[in-house]
Amino acid sequence: MKPFSVSLLLLLTPALTLAMTAEERGLEIATEIEARDTGFHDFKATMSMLLRNKHGEESLRDMRNQTLEVENDGDKTLVVFDEPRDVKGTALLSFSHKVGDDDQWLYLPALKRVKRIASRNKSGPFMGSEFAYEDISSQEVEKYTYKFIEESEYEGTPCFLIERYPVDPNSGYTRQQVWVDQERYIALKIDYYDRKNAPLKTLVFRGYRQYLDQYWRADEMFMENHQTGKSTLLTWKEYNFRTGLTDGDFNKNSLKRAR
Amino acid sequence: MSESFFRFVLNNRLLVIFLAIAISLLMGSGVQHLAFSNDYRMFFSEDNPQLKAFEQLQNTYTKNDNVLFVIAPKDGKVFTHETLSAVKALTKESWQIPYSLRVDSITNFQYTYAEGDDLIVEDLVLDPQALSAEQLVEKQRIATSDPLLVNRLVSPSAHTTGVNVTVQLPGKKLTEVPEVAERAREMAKSIEEAYPNIDVHLTGMVMMNNAFPSASQDDMTSLYPLMFIAVILVLVVMLRSIPGTLSTVIIIILMIIATMGLTGWFGIKMSPPTTTVPIVIMTLAIADCVHILVNFLHFMRDGENKYQAMMESLRINLQPIFLTTLTTAIGFLSLNFSEAPPFRDLGNMAAMGVVLAFFLSVTFLPAMMMLLPVKALSGDTLGSIAMGHFAEFVVRYKKQLLWGMGMVVLLLISQIPNNRLDDQFVKYFDETIDFRQATDFATDNLTGIYLIEYSLESGETGGISDPQFLKRVEEFAQWYRQQPHVLHVNSITDIMKRLNRNMHEDLDDWYRLPDQRDLSAQYLLLYEFSLPYGLDLNNQINVKKSATRFSVTMESISTTQLLRIEESAQAWLQENAPGMRINGASPTIMFAHIGSRNIIAMLKGTTLALVMISLILIFALRSLRVGGLSLVPNLVPLGMAFGLWGLFVGEVGLALSVVSGMTLGIVVDDTVHFLSKYLRARREKSMGREDAVRYAFSTVGTALWVTSLVLMVGFGILAFSHFQLNAGMGLLTAITLGLALVADFLFLPPLLIYFGGKKS
Repeated sequence: MKPFSVSLLLLLTPALTLAMTAEERGLEIATEIEARDTGFHDFKATMSMLLRNKHGEESLRDMRNQTLEVENDGDKTLVVFDEPRDVKGTALLSFSHKVGDDDQWLYLPALKRVKRIASRNKSGPFMGSEFAYEDISSQEVEKYTYKFIEESEYEGTPCFLIERYPVDPNSGYTRQQVWVDQERYIALKIDYYDRKNAPLKTLVFRGYRQYLDQYWRADEMFMENHQTGKSTLLTWKEYNFRTGLTDGDFNKNSLKRAR
Repeated sequence: MSESFFRFVLNNRLLVIFLAIAISLLMGSGVQHLAFSNDYRMFFSEDNPQLKAFEQLQNTYTKNDNVLFVIAPKDGKVFTHETLSAVKALTKESWQIPYSLRVDSITNFQYTYAEGDDLIVEDLVLDPQALSAEQLVEKQRIATSDPLLVNRLVSPSAHTTGVNVTVQLPGKKLTEVPEVAERAREMAKSIEEAYPNIDVHLTGMVMMNNAFPSASQDDMTSLYPLMFIAVILVLVVMLRSIPGTLSTVIIIILMIIATMGLTGWFGIKMSPPTTTVPIVIMTLAIADCVHILVNFLHFMRDGENKYQAMMESLRINLQPIFLTTLTTAIGFLSLNFSEAPPFRDLGNMAAMGVVLAFFLSVTFLPAMMMLLPVKALSGDTLGSIAMGHFAEFVVRYKKQLLWGMGMVVLLLISQIPNNRLDDQFVKYFDETIDFRQATDFATDNLTGIYLIEYSLESGETGGISDPQFLKRVEEFAQWYRQQPHVLHVNSITDIMKRLNRNMHEDLDDWYRLPDQRDLSAQYLLLYEFSLPYGLDLNNQINVKKSATRFSVTMESISTTQLLRIEESAQAWLQENAPGMRINGASPTIMFAHIGSRNIIAMLKGTTLALVMISLILIFALRSLRVGGLSLVPNLVPLGMAFGLWGLFVGEVGLALSVVSGMTLGIVVDDTVHFLSKYLRARREKSMGREDAVRYAFSTVGTALWVTSLVLMVGFGILAFSHFQLNAGMGLLTAITLGLALVADFLFLPPLLIYFGGKKS
C-alpha cells in the first residue's frame, strides 16, 4: 500500500463508520474476513490436540485434515484420526452449510461402515477436547449475526472487537467476542460465553503464517475452559494449499478410503 | 501486687469502666469482617486424605456440586403432558442457573436408537405436548428401564422425577452459593405456579451448603434470646441483687462483642459449630461473676463496707478464678487437635472469650459494683443448712457411696462400646430445616444423596475400551447392584451396551459389551460426536480415556454400615481386579471417616490437655496425691456420660467427639474449687479428712451446684439447636457437667476421706 492511500483510508474510515450501525459494521468486518480468505481452493494439514485436565493429566489426539472450498456454501472437510490408536483410521466427513445444519458422516473402520451423524447437536466437545465442532468448523458469515463493539487492541496489535451471535439454536453459546486484527483481518482471540452468558472459554491464536501470499493460518490455537480448568492446545502443521483435491475426494466412498 | 491493682480498680472505677468498654468495643469492631462459611468442605482440613482423593476425582472429571429439583406430580404420574412440559421447561431454564455446567433430566436424556444404518441420538422427550397416549407409555417404559435413569432421575413407578443441575462454583466469593440457591428457589416457585399439579423439592450439595448459614442464623435468633432470658432469671434468683445482675449482663454483652470482633479480625469464618460460642462463653462468664459477687454480697451481709467486701472477695477468688480460666482455656484450646477446622475455631473463640471474661470480671465488675448502689440482703442460710445436712450424709455413707458410685461408674463406662459412629451429613440438620425435609422426600421417593465414587483406572491410554476392562467394570457394577441399600450404580458399561445394541439394529441380543477394543472406542467416538452441548462424557471419562468414573448411590444408612460395604467393595476389587483398586471418594466417604479421624485426633488433644491440667492442679494445690486424685472426678464424668449416651442413644459422630476436650476444662473447675477448700481446711485449719470435706461442702457446695446448674442450662439450651451437631454436643456436654457435679459431691468426698492424705 502506498503512503497516500493509507492516509486517505485513515481519513475516510471515521466518516464511513459514522454512517453505519454497529451491526452493519460488525457484518462488514466479518464479510471482509471471509472475502480475504476466499479463493484458496483447498488445503491439507495435520492437526494435533493436547488435552489437559485440571488435575494435570494430558492426552494427545492426532489427525489429518483436508478441506475443499465450496463456492457459495460452506467448505467440505475430511478429518482422519491417527491417534488415539483405537480410533486410527476413523474418518469424519463434514459438509458445512451457510444455512441449516451441517452434514456429517463418520467412517468406523472396526465396523467397516459409514454412519451418518444424525444429530442436530454440533456443540459437544470434539474428541473430548475443549473445542466444540462448531469452534473449528468452517466459519461462514451466515452462521452468526454481528455487532461491532469498539476499536481495541490485543497484545499491542490494533484490533476490531466484534461480537457475534450464533444463528443455530442448538449452539452452546449466547455470544462470542472476537478480536480481529485491523490490518490482516484475522481473529487473534475469541471469548466464548455460555448459554447463561457467563464466560466459558477463551481461544487464542498464535503463530500466524501467511500461505500463498494471502491466506493466514495460525500454527497454534489454545483453548482454555474457565469453568472447568481444562484446556486444549491445537497445533496445525504441514499446511499444503492447492493440492488438487476435488469433490470426488469428499464423499462416502472417499471416506472409507481415507485411512 | 494484686492488692494494689485491685485498689487502683476500685479507686478509679470510672476510668476502668471506660477503658473496659472502649477496649471491648475496639476489639468488637471486627464484627464487620464476620462471614458465614457455606461450604460443607469447611469440616475438612486441607490435608484430609479423603478430601484430597475427592478433589483429585473432581479435577480428573468434573465437579459434582449440584442442585437437584425433585418433581412430584400430585397425581403421581410423571409421564403426562403437564408434568413432562414442566420438566422440559425446568430443564431449559436450569441452564440459566449461575455456574451451571450441566443439566440432566428425563426430557434431555440422550436417547439413542437405530434407524436403518444411522445412530439417532436425541432428547428422550423433545415435544411433550405432541406425545400420544401410547408414546407417553413408551417413554415411561424407556425411562424406567434405563439403568442410567431409574432410581436416579425417575422413580421405578414413575411417580417422581428429578432435574439435576451440576454446578462448578469458582469458590471465590461467599455469595456464589446463595446466588445459585436463590435462583433455584425462584425457579421452583415459578414452576409450581405455572403447573399447579406439581410440587418441587430442592436438595443437592448446593442446597445443603446454603442451609449451613441459614440454620446457624435461625439458631442465633432463637437460641440467643432464650439464653439471655435464662441467664437473667438465674442471676436474679441467685444473686437477688439488681446491680449485680446488671453488671454481669453488661459483662456478658461486652465479652460476646469482643470475642466476635476478634473472630472477625482473625478472619475466622463463622460456621454452625461456632455459632454456639456466645452461649458457651456466656455460661462460663457467669461462673466467674457469680463467685465474686456471692462472696462480695456475703461479706457485706457480714457487716463489711462495700470497699472492704469487694477487696476481700477479689482476694480469695483471684486464684481459683485464674486457675479455672486457665484450665478451661486449655480444654478449649485442645480442640485445635480436631480434624475439623470449625471445631478448632470453636475452641479458639471460646478460649478467647473465657480469658476476656476473666479480665472483665476482675476489673469491670468490681468497678461497676463500686459505682452502683448495693444493698446487702439478709438470709441465704437455707442453702448452707441444706449443704451441711448433705455433707453429713456423704460422710456417714462414705463406704456405700464409694462402692456404689464405683459400681455405677464402671457399669456406665462398660456401655461406651454401644456407641456407633455415624455422620450422615443430612442428619446434621433437624426436620424443621427445608433442606432436610426436601432431602428426606427425595430419599423416600426418588434417589439417595449418599454417593460413593470411584475412578476406575485401566492402566493405559484408551484402556476404557478394552473388553477385559469393561468386563471387570461391568462385574463390579453387578456386584454393587446386589449389595443391600444400593439404589443406583452409574457405569459407562451401560452406555457401551446400549450403543452396541443400537449398532445392531436395536436387537436385544446385542445388549452386551462389544468384544473388540477398537469397536468400543469407535462407538464411543460416534456417540460423543452426537452429544449436545453440556451433555458430553467428560464427566465420566478422563482425557486419556484410561479411566472412568463409577458412582454408587446409597440409601440413608449409617456411615459405619456404608464404610463396611465400601470395605467389601475394596475386597472385591482386590480379588477380581487388583489393577483397578482405588478407595471410594465422595463427600459421604469424607464424612464417614471424619468421626473416627476426629476421635483419634481429639484423644491426643484431650490427653495433652489432661496432662497439662493435672500438672497445673498438682502445682497449684501443692499436693501430688490430691492432684493425682483429681484425675478421678475429672475423667469419670466423661466416661459416665459417653456410657449413658451409649445406653440411650448409641450414635456418636463428629460433634460428640469434641465433647471430651471441651468439657474437661470445665469439669476441672468444680474439682479445683472443692479441692482447694478441702486443702485449706486441712492445712490452715488442721482439720481431719472428714471435717475438711464438711468444710468444703459448706464453703463452696452452694456455689458449685448453682454454677453447674447454670452450665447445664446453657449447654442444655444448645439441645434446641436446629443443627444436630450443636444439639448433640450441647446435650452431651450438659449431661457430662451434671455427672461432674454428681462425681464431685458423691464420689470425690469418699475418695478424699479414704485416700486424701495423711491423717493429721
